[in-house]
Amino acid sequence: MDIIVAALPLLLKGLQVTLYIFVIAIILGFLIGLVVALLRLAPIKILNWIAKVYVDAIRGTPFIVQLFFIYFGVNSLNLISLDSTTAGIITVAINAGAYFAEIIRAGIQSIDKGQTEAARSIGFTGTQTMRYVVLPQAFRRMLPTITNQSIISLKDTSLLSVIGIADLTQQGQIQASATFEAFKIWLAVGVIYFIIIYLLTLIANFIERRVQVR
Amino acid sequence: MQEKEVICVIGPSGSGKSTFLRCLNLLEEVTGGEVVINGHDITDPKRKININKVRQEVGMVFQHFNLFPHKTVLENITLGPIKIRATDKAEAGRLAIELLDKVGLKEKANSYPGELSGGQKQRVAIARALAMNPKIMLFDEPTSALDPEMVGDVLEVMKQLAKEGMTMVVVTHEMGFAREVGDRVIFMDGGYIVEENEPNELFGNPQHERTKAFLSKVL
Repeated sequence: MDIIVAALPLLLKGLQVTLYIFVIAIILGFLIGLVVALLRLAPIKILNWIAKVYVDAIRGTPFIVQLFFIYFGVNSLNLISLDSTTAGIITVAINAGAYFAEIIRAGIQSIDKGQTEAARSIGFTGTQTMRYVVLPQAFRRMLPTITNQSIISLKDTSLLSVIGIADLTQQGQIQASATFEAFKIWLAVGVIYFIIIYLLTLIANFIERRVQVR
Repeated sequence: MQEKEVICVIGPSGSGKSTFLRCLNLLEEVTGGEVVINGHDITDPKRKININKVRQEVGMVFQHFNLFPHKTVLENITLGPIKIRATDKAEAGRLAIELLDKVGLKEKANSYPGELSGGQKQRVAIARALAMNPKIMLFDEPTSALDPEMVGDVLEVMKQLAKEGMTMVVVTHEMGFAREVGDRVIFMDGGYIVEENEPNELFGNPQHERTKAFLSKVL
């Protein structure tokens, strides 16, 4: 037990890094997803195509390859210089963004056409219809899937340890090799991830209940 | 069509009644012909008609109500006035309550559409359309999705509107309503207007074989 207690401050410092990256990346990812979903549904062919290529490219390649591409690949061009944290955030954001885009697109398409017609018949523009009528309903429906993708993205951040980000997993690795107590340390790391994700689920459930359509 | 006129459109399913109605506010793409409102052809691509502005003046009631399920009854009615007409919230709310009172649902202001019966939903939908203070109201089979008992309440509200001088186009299967309230009745089949006349003439003395056949089946 004292091994874990001794390691805890550093593990929690790692957790801070994990959460920092996760929160920024998931917000960016969601915004990317929203824009890409709207491009995907826009009545302009070339925009649909761009959105589709993006989604297919991300879904069709492993996360770790995307990470290496951005951190090592893009940096090797010497055009810009991304530190590991920035590269990590960008990778998680564009990865989650592609999945969010599909979730949001499906959510929007699941809303009955009559809703759009009713809004347009009152005199709302297309944008107003999206904003006041379609999206609020779509988001309620998407919430469980959004939660799911967020959890997946949170777990994906553990892969960022391979480019040297001092996240929870990286701290675990350091502690495990320093103490030779791999079993206890990795168990502790697992429990910390579990608790965070469980809290996230509780928050999501709470929001879901609050916004439920009667 | 004249101001304050009530036109009822009848005909078999698939005869183009709803499509015709939806062309009037361009919910359906118009592929030929023209829709002229106040002397302006709203289908003319050369004139940059702002269709959203036109639709603000044209209220529409749908067969399946299409209320916004995430908003309360009151919010359903005030959304348009607040967001489009920039009416302030209190004023819009006051107007909404007035309209709800008119359709007999004042006590349901804070309910959600999911808590209402079909007939109540349709009356809220009528109030929502009226909140924009339209110059004309379009009704697309407003009672077709209702339980028989609910039909009367909705028709009553529509009759009241007609009496107050609202200009209305009503696509309906309610022949009694068409006969009683309509100033003119249009019979459609196969996408064409087959016959058009005053209700007593059209129902009592139909000219076309197709009209006769249809009426003999539904009356």
